[in-house]
Amino acid sequence: MAESSKNVIKVIRCIVCPTGCSIKVIGKDIHNVSFEGYHCKRGLEYAEQEFREPKRILTTTMKVEGGALPLIPVRTDIPLLKEKLNDALLIIAQKQVKAPIEMGDVLIKNILDMGINIIASRNLEKKAT
Amino acid sequence: MKSYKADVVIIGSGAAGLASAIVVKNADLSVLIIERDKELGGITLQCIHNGFGLKEFQEELTGPEYIQRFINQVMDLKIPYLLNTMVIEITKDKIVYAVNNEEGLIEIQAKAIILAMGCRERTRGAINIPGFRPAGIYTAGQAQRFVNIEGFLPGNSYVILGSGDIGMIMARRLTWEGCEVKAVVEILPYVSGLLRNQVQCLEDYDIPLITSYTVTKIHGKDRVQGVTISKVDRNFDRIIGSEKFIECDALLLSVGLIPENELTLNAGAELSKNGGPIVDNNLETTIEGIFSCGNVLQVHDLVDLVSAEAQRAGKNAVEYINTRYGKDISPQGKIKCIAGDNVNYVKPDFINKDDLSKDIIFTFRVNFPDRRVQIQVKDKENNVIYKKKKVYVIPSEMVELKINFDEQETNIKSDSIIIEVIPRPEVLIEEDEVL
Repeated sequence: MAESSKNVIKVIRCIVCPTGCSIKVIGKDIHNVSFEGYHCKRGLEYAEQEFREPKRILTTTMKVEGGALPLIPVRTDIPLLKEKLNDALLIIAQKQVKAPIEMGDVLIKNILDMGINIIASRNLEKKAT
Repeated sequence: MKSYKADVVIIGSGAAGLASAIVVKNADLSVLIIERDKELGGITLQCIHNGFGLKEFQEELTGPEYIQRFINQVMDLKIPYLLNTMVIEITKDKIVYAVNNEEGLIEIQAKAIILAMGCRERTRGAINIPGFRPAGIYTAGQAQRFVNIEGFLPGNSYVILGSGDIGMIMARRLTWEGCEVKAVVEILPYVSGLLRNQVQCLEDYDIPLITSYTVTKIHGKDRVQGVTISKVDRNFDRIIGSEKFIECDALLLSVGLIPENELTLNAGAELSKNGGPIVDNNLETTIEGIFSCGNVLQVHDLVDLVSAEAQRAGKNAVEYINTRYGKDISPQGKIKCIAGDNVNYVKPDFINKDDLSKDIIFTFRVNFPDRRVQIQVKDKENNVIYKKKKVYVIPSEMVELKINFDEQETNIKSDSIIIEVIPRPEVLIEEDEVL
């Protein structure tokens, strides 16, 4: 295929290693694409995932009632669709949990009905009285 | 004055302090951890993002989860610790003086001390930005503590000076909290943190990264109203006429870390060019029985490497107490390790000749990014003793090398060696050459 007939849909910067290959997503439409510019298999896998369904672990904090600290750090137990990050953040910002909390406790179950839980990243004692 | 005794006193309860304490306790020696904050854990507690633990636990954890696992072990092993306690002096004779609110001045006699105090952040004063002293100027780690632990936002719209990892991670964190990050400004021509953070913290949220620029003026008298940034030339001198104004109400500084070595210096230990204590291959400082590990020794890129280094320091402190403490042993002498081409500093600073049959772990950082390089160790007579290929080196990544000198073909024939990173003689592009 001649270079000019190729359509670069997206350029993805690979983060698998610090080489940071620029991987081009090439095709007529988003259903028929090929990848160029990667230098290893892990890079190709990353680019495919990142192009079709980019996901991130969301890490933030939640308000705590009666805790030794006012906040508890939390995260999603599995990666969340990148486009849903903001929706999840808004829900987490409105919730408050009670101390004591243990690392791994599920603080919000099945957020956005996506089968993803918000879990505590540390232990947090009750506030000393 | 209240007195305590412990085989090993560990100063600092961050990733380094806790990992070394666990090793010492497991060797059936007594340990005391001293922490100035109100809880164990150190800086990792406020690093709520993920990316920790891939080496230590083979899974991806957040900072608090990573350190909680160590805290849990400390609790299970019933290792004693003092909180809210500030060490004010250590002596060559391994006496530690500390103060806290409940006991006042206390004295602890140790056989060995492990220094694990970490770093503090470089501040505006250290980089001399002109302007008034308005509210709204913070170091990135300080802002991180406010946002992630205390629950305050230090501003609404930000400029972040310095593209270190904490600065980039805070850019994303503040965006997630509904703030606006106008730009990350970097004086170097390239990003100083990890590529992963550049992509996932800045590019994901279209936050501009402005390289070869620095902040040359802070506007506002009571509150920051904006900053002037200027382009810099190769010598980092500002280029007149390149100034741009960016409106913001907060400026975060992510411009480097300074190992916190006042105690080390006061005890009489020598420091090296990188700001950390001079150590031998046992991580022992120039004072017998005082060891150092973690960011107080050298700024690490990954907490996993801090833990690994601290475990070595713990093991070496145990070995010191069990074999050398109180004995008059004359060592064979030392080999000096010198940073050569494109090596900023190297740890250890010395190798004991007695230890040449052991694995020696070298850690260092490069001065500038390079690709397809050869790392080599040579002696004073230019005999190459060890060489290794590496696909890339960048200043933001610490390089680690493990060498057993007795197993190399050439022996060290001088009392110093040079570690250097040079262009590879034959430039070969290997398709799958990825670390």
